[in-house]
Amino acid sequence: MCNCSCNAEPALSEKDRRLVELLNKYRTVPGALIPVLQEAQEIYGYLPAEVLQKVARELQIPLAKVYGVVTFYSQFHLKPRGRNIIRVCLGTACHVRGGAKIFEALQKKLAVEDGETTADLRFTLESVACIGACGLAPVIMINHDTHGRLTPEKLTEILSKYE
Amino acid sequence: MMQNRTKNETVKTVIARQVEMDPKPKQPVTVTIDGQEVTVPEGTTVLEAAQRVGIPIPTLCHDPELSNPGSCRLCVVEIELNGRKMRNLPPSCVTTVSNGMVVQTLTETVRKTRKKILELLLANHPKDCLRCERTGNCRLQSYAYEYGADFPQSGSALDGERQNYAVDDSNPFILRDMNKCILCGKCVRACGEVQGRFVLDYAHRGFATRVAPEMDRELRDTACVYCGSCVSVCPTGAIIEKNKVGKGRAWDIGKVRTTCPYCGTGCNFDLEIARRSDSKGQTREEVIGVASSIDAPVNGRALCVKGRFGTDFIHHRDRLTTPLIKKDGQFVEASWEEAIAFAASRLGDIHAEYGGDAFGVLASAKATNEENYLLNRFARTILGTNNIDHCARLCHSSTVAGLAASFGSGAMTNPIEDIAKTDFMLVIGSNTTESHPVLALSMLRAIRQGTPCVVIDPRKTELAALAHKHLPLKPGSDLALLNAMAHVIITEGLYKEDFIKTYTEGFETLCEAVTETTPEWAESICGIDADLIRDTARRYARAQRGSIYYTMGVTQKHTGTHNVMAIANLALLTGHIGREGTGVNPLRGQNNVQGACDMGALPNVLPGYQPVTDAGVREKFARTWDVKIDSLSERPGLTVGEMLQGAHEGRLKSMLIMGENPVVSDPDSQHVIEALERLDFLVVMDLFLTDTARHADVIFPACSFAEKEGTFTNTERRVQRVRQGIQPVGDSRPDWQIIGDLAAAMGSPFPYRDPASIMDEIAETTPSYGGISHHRLDKEGPLCWPCPAKDHPGTPRLHMNGFVRGKGKFHAVPYLPPAEQPDDEYPLILSTGRRLFHYHTGTMSRRSGLEEVYPEEHLEIHPDDADDLGLKDHDWVRLSTRRGAIEIAVWMTDRIVAGMVFTSFHFVEAMVNKLTNAATDPIAKIPELKVCACKIEKIDCPEGYVPPAHKRVLW
Repeated sequence: MCNCSCNAEPALSEKDRRLVELLNKYRTVPGALIPVLQEAQEIYGYLPAEVLQKVARELQIPLAKVYGVVTFYSQFHLKPRGRNIIRVCLGTACHVRGGAKIFEALQKKLAVEDGETTADLRFTLESVACIGACGLAPVIMINHDTHGRLTPEKLTEILSKYE
Repeated sequence: MMQNRTKNETVKTVIARQVEMDPKPKQPVTVTIDGQEVTVPEGTTVLEAAQRVGIPIPTLCHDPELSNPGSCRLCVVEIELNGRKMRNLPPSCVTTVSNGMVVQTLTETVRKTRKKILELLLANHPKDCLRCERTGNCRLQSYAYEYGADFPQSGSALDGERQNYAVDDSNPFILRDMNKCILCGKCVRACGEVQGRFVLDYAHRGFATRVAPEMDRELRDTACVYCGSCVSVCPTGAIIEKNKVGKGRAWDIGKVRTTCPYCGTGCNFDLEIARRSDSKGQTREEVIGVASSIDAPVNGRALCVKGRFGTDFIHHRDRLTTPLIKKDGQFVEASWEEAIAFAASRLGDIHAEYGGDAFGVLASAKATNEENYLLNRFARTILGTNNIDHCARLCHSSTVAGLAASFGSGAMTNPIEDIAKTDFMLVIGSNTTESHPVLALSMLRAIRQGTPCVVIDPRKTELAALAHKHLPLKPGSDLALLNAMAHVIITEGLYKEDFIKTYTEGFETLCEAVTETTPEWAESICGIDADLIRDTARRYARAQRGSIYYTMGVTQKHTGTHNVMAIANLALLTGHIGREGTGVNPLRGQNNVQGACDMGALPNVLPGYQPVTDAGVREKFARTWDVKIDSLSERPGLTVGEMLQGAHEGRLKSMLIMGENPVVSDPDSQHVIEALERLDFLVVMDLFLTDTARHADVIFPACSFAEKEGTFTNTERRVQRVRQGIQPVGDSRPDWQIIGDLAAAMGSPFPYRDPASIMDEIAETTPSYGGISHHRLDKEGPLCWPCPAKDHPGTPRLHMNGFVRGKGKFHAVPYLPPAEQPDDEYPLILSTGRRLFHYHTGTMSRRSGLEEVYPEEHLEIHPDDADDLGLKDHDWVRLSTRRGAIEIAVWMTDRIVAGMVFTSFHFVEAMVNKLTNAATDPIAKIPELKVCACKIEKIDCPEGYVPPAHKRVLW
């Protein structure tokens, strides 16, 4: 799966082994595509094309269909994800309180667009409609932490806490 | 024969079968649509009921060949049931009729709703009808016209966002512009439900939803085989055929229904012809492509890549446009008068000096029935010889011989539609998805619907991979396996005693012959587990409607005829013949190979398989052909191989070859070339300067199928019309006319006005074609022979009321190993076959876009053998046998058994028939093209060789 000569090879093999186990478990279960994709994403952190190919072949579901399901649900990711996921709220309250400015600042700081991941895989930046913390607007979540009442200036310090 | 049952069959299974065969009859339902009463079977949709009384309802996502999502909502109608209006406007395509329904299809509400739906689609649709390829043939456009729907005004609230997707222009055939897609999903369903490819599906979500190939790749990087089914169902300009771009508007295009010139499936399509006047007022005609049509009897709208995109050869610059005469080793252009006169005088001289049997004539499985009949008459009466044959010798001559001996008729017993009715398919030596792609669709559909299928083939072909069981036997061991199956059926008492008693003879002979052929014995020869052989035999025997399909894996062996007889034995043992869904079904390779055989392009029979040895037959033909009976030879003539051998030895002085290319298609090419070079005079009629034509003294430029009238007979004996779409290209002439011109120049003009009048004579002389005429085919559509009288409906299934030969005959056919076995010097087995993207010797397919997706051949080799030889993909090897050597790139695949290599014979650069063995079956004289001993050595790549980047290999 990995064509470079990096040291990741053994770790990948371990992941592949877990994928084989997963597929063995679900091979004869009808309607198992979504749970398989979820667990495969748990294993790899995202859904590489080769994994989808394997899932399609083993579950005997056309790859085009598997791809259709993966791209339909926002929970599935075709590209590697960052170690830390930043969710920027652009809901109504955050909008009024300058959420867009926070989002712009993050895009600039991390040099990524909405939905993208930094080259060092440190952060993935996503916009979301509302995270239900309107009293703290404008607000972002990083992994499971909520950071509210933000100004663009506060971001550097917050980001530095996440490696 | 329907009444015969296996002796072990219980009453319960009989009842179960009856129930299955007679599903509950459907109750009639009467509804009123727009004031018209109509009675239809229950389960009919409102849309279908309306169509039945000629009331049109617009649809975008509905298609009669596909499942019904009911998603576009354009077909909404108003329905009243029991005096109450149904809620909302129900979509007529997914609403089934019930008694007393009152339907109104075009009320003001319906009209408004449809208009709104169209406006919503147009809100996001590119405003480029002016230059869209589909204009005039676009459903969205014509419904917009009908309902007065317009593009929204720019900047208005309704003017929605447009997509900005890149157009997929990655391949030579199909252009995909998803900006124009209205998400009806018909392409997704056609790809999966009709073609079984599943390359397309919906992807993404919301406004971003689009139809995408796997992983959003370009088509050339997917499993797409370019069948073009998606193009044929697309209602807008989202998916179009690249070859037609810019060639003309829908209203400029003429359509002519005809029959495909590629394989024996016999698909029908419309030739699309653009006619334009140039500045001098001359009309220029061009076949711009084909369009499939839902009313085509064999294929509906399905075609394969060759049929849909392989017609570029018609206008290819290589077409021969004037007669050529070889002078001092060079071809020089000549007038028709000069060339005909020259050929006639040379043929006349040779006849005067050496007599009729100094001639050999090759008819053609690509030419029409009428042309083959005429060439037959020319050979027998004017040249005075029975030395006439054609390339059926190389494909199914063993079928013709074997099945004629077993059943009395050497043709496919059941129609293609029976594949849907069988409950067990045994496919032997047939790479169906590549060689008969559209016929294979029926098999793939049957497999998807659960019909058990067992494939016997040394290679794990696409079909084998999808089948329930694949038996990868050692090449050349078929007869051992088939005899073992007969052994199992007999020893386990699975045969049909009543059937055997009533309809067959020679049962004891077979019993005796297969006493020792146990599955264990067969296992030692063919490498298939004995229990698997047992299981296959039992499943076939116990099926209610078992069927066998086979092709060249069975026939191209030096035991070819015996292989066919062994298959016939199985059908006779089990009674799987003469009923729907059963049969012994050889799939014929070329468009008209069945017809060429029917027309007597064989050395031992006159048209209709009437033996030359029969004085009565000779007398009949002598009378029709207005010659003396003793001028028709009673001695069977020479087969292709014997003619070439005769030429080699100097016994044969002259040959006339119509549209065949034996230098590339026949075994041991070097021998063929030497034979042709030794002839005093060689006449070739062809579209192109083929590798055979290069050795000719005179070449007559012939017309393609698009430029002439006639008929082809497909693999299921269905006689279908070939219709002229354009005037002959250049100065070419149809073969029937060339033969007529030659005959006239030799002093015996033929009395035919046109191909229709030739068919009238065929009907007179050939009993199985007795009721067939162009007029009738045009009026009633295709007919399956035997069709002995003008009011006979044709015969889709043979042997329904007993066998043609009286009784079906069992034959004892002992196993023999291949003529050439691997040894220390030549340790591997070489087998040959076909590819989806090419056809026969490539003269047509390699002059089209097909060449772009499959530009070079490769040698399939098992990874174990490749390892032993230190080979990897794209390495080059010298592949040699006792007869010659070729150089070719290798391709590793574990879908082939170790010890065997495989390639196709389509490519003259890798002319595999330089290598193949000319050892023949003693009965049918078919060469053993499927098995010979070979060796391979690694060589350097040709300088600057780069493996083709997007070559499509099926697996």
